[in-house]
Amino acid sequence: MSSREKILAAIRGVSSESKSLPEIPDFPLSGDLEEVFSQSILGNKGEILSKAEFEKWLPSMNFQKVISLSAHFRTTGNLTLPEDPHELEDLELAILDGQFGVAENGAIWLEDTNLGLRALPFITEHLVIVLDRSKLVETMHQGYDLVGNAHSGFGLFIAGPSKTADIEQSLVIGAHGAKSLRVVLV
Amino acid sequence: MSHPENATEFLKDQAKAKWHDETLWFVRDKRDRISKTIPEWEQLRDLASQIKDNVLVNLASYLEDFERNALQNGIKIHWAADAEEHNQHVLRILQEKNCKAIVKSKSILTEECHLNPYLEKEGIEVVDTDLGERIVQFLNQPPSHIVLPAIHLKKGEISDLFHEKLHTEKGNEDPYYLTQAARIHLREKFLGAKVAITGVNFGIAETGEFVVCTNEGNADMGVHLADVHIACMGIEKILPRRKDLGVFLRLLARSATGQPITNYNSHFRSPSPGKEIHIVLVDNGRTAQLAREKFKNSLKCIRCGACMNTCPIYRRSGGFSYGSTVPGPIGSILSPGLDMKKHSTLPFASTLCGSCSDVCPVKINIHEQLYEWRQEITKTHGEFGKGLSMKLANGIFKSPLAYKISGNLMRAALRALPDSMIYHPLNTWGKSRNLPETPTETFQQWYKKNRP
Repeated sequence: MSSREKILAAIRGVSSESKSLPEIPDFPLSGDLEEVFSQSILGNKGEILSKAEFEKWLPSMNFQKVISLSAHFRTTGNLTLPEDPHELEDLELAILDGQFGVAENGAIWLEDTNLGLRALPFITEHLVIVLDRSKLVETMHQGYDLVGNAHSGFGLFIAGPSKTADIEQSLVIGAHGAKSLRVVLV
Repeated sequence: MSHPENATEFLKDQAKAKWHDETLWFVRDKRDRISKTIPEWEQLRDLASQIKDNVLVNLASYLEDFERNALQNGIKIHWAADAEEHNQHVLRILQEKNCKAIVKSKSILTEECHLNPYLEKEGIEVVDTDLGERIVQFLNQPPSHIVLPAIHLKKGEISDLFHEKLHTEKGNEDPYYLTQAARIHLREKFLGAKVAITGVNFGIAETGEFVVCTNEGNADMGVHLADVHIACMGIEKILPRRKDLGVFLRLLARSATGQPITNYNSHFRSPSPGKEIHIVLVDNGRTAQLAREKFKNSLKCIRCGACMNTCPIYRRSGGFSYGSTVPGPIGSILSPGLDMKKHSTLPFASTLCGSCSDVCPVKINIHEQLYEWRQEITKTHGEFGKGLSMKLANGIFKSPLAYKISGNLMRAALRALPDSMIYHPLNTWGKSRNLPETPTETFQQWYKKNRP
């Protein structure tokens, strides 16, 4: 008998009464959606910028290597996406479009179509996600309603920059992934 | 070594033990504060518990659904009855790819299977990429906490370690500085690895996808740069529906560290073009635990670590005192199922205060299971030390005369007995316990004197 059959047989050998799967109710969130979302991003050590603030910030950083896949900032980047993600090693900034944001925790959903290369939002030194302010939902429940059962090979919620507290519980921003996250609400 | 012996060792450095206690309590407090901002928190715990109840009843068919859907998505599935088979699957994949160096993100399952030493014996370099895990790996230690692997270390120790291993400045203890040194060191490893291993937080039966949560982004850095991603997954990690993730992602990070969500929550459904994803589905004692009616609920665990942060024993004895991959209250009900003899002292490493059950996001009755394991262990191994004295006490409490006489004797004895007899190695009760001051008279004597 293969291990697969052994494991499944062992599970089926355990008798237990049936337990039904609960329906998940919708839980409302109080407060202004954009305000709650912004506070969540700040709490996760990200920043919130308006389009004007972003356009002022970007030249001040003098980045040499920028990739933009955002429909809102098509001409901002100066590099095109390589085939091999290893070539992104010294990328300074990636600008991506998020699909929607979750107010309760600041999580922003992106899929393969937004990422180009899956390594992109991690390997870049700084990350900017552009989000339509009309695409905010209250909770993760509503978030998964939006994700639905559409098929993307990869999808993720990003809620902040790479961070760690593994040394004496001291919070450090910029562990392995992007050292900063800026969310531009348009 | 037993839990009390290890705990004694941990408590020798009192300042550090106090720091450990307070730091974990701080994390527990953060969990409390954030949970109270969610009005439906208790309802979410109920939902999570009910979803997991349903999973345990229908596990076989959910695993079949998961496998079928994952295969359709182009993911390869391997089944492992035990740790040995899990390690063999991983090694075989690495050999097929001619891979000699891998990066690995946090996976308690691979710790449980002792994958690292297994692969290292075969000449494969394994690099743990979670910062805390890299730190303990440098020290040849296992993690002491499932979420905070290096919580037993102070920054001075990490500074010394990094000075030796990564040539950081001697004496520089700045966490930012040390983290940046690790970032540079690990980036090189990420860029060089052909195969990356991760654990799995949740596997979704209806889609065949799986979810990995990190704050550092190390899991994603590894797998998206590698050609092959191996995800090691305990069979109990299944959730039926994608929307169930809404409940569990709301609970996980809040329970673990008091943050609203981990910063990266990646959903892997199919490999990038030209790349491979493998899932190793592991039993390793889980079906046996499922068959134990009293203990099957322990399989609902989502490895948040909240029970450790709240436990007065864990906080004051440290993760290593448990001598098991998963320490703390949840480890003390999981580990005896794997090896009852080796872990026989763990269910006793608890005050049965129930705080672990109160914070558990999936409402596992942890403290009740600790009590049940005590019954099982006492039945199997007998109770040595305390047995004789308890039998004696039983006789004394049964007879009023014996009680009266022994009471007088005891008060005299407590004053007269040398400490060497009370705190004798044979008297296990005397360890870490102080006897009370003895009153000069009994309650009966006092009552007679003071009765109006």
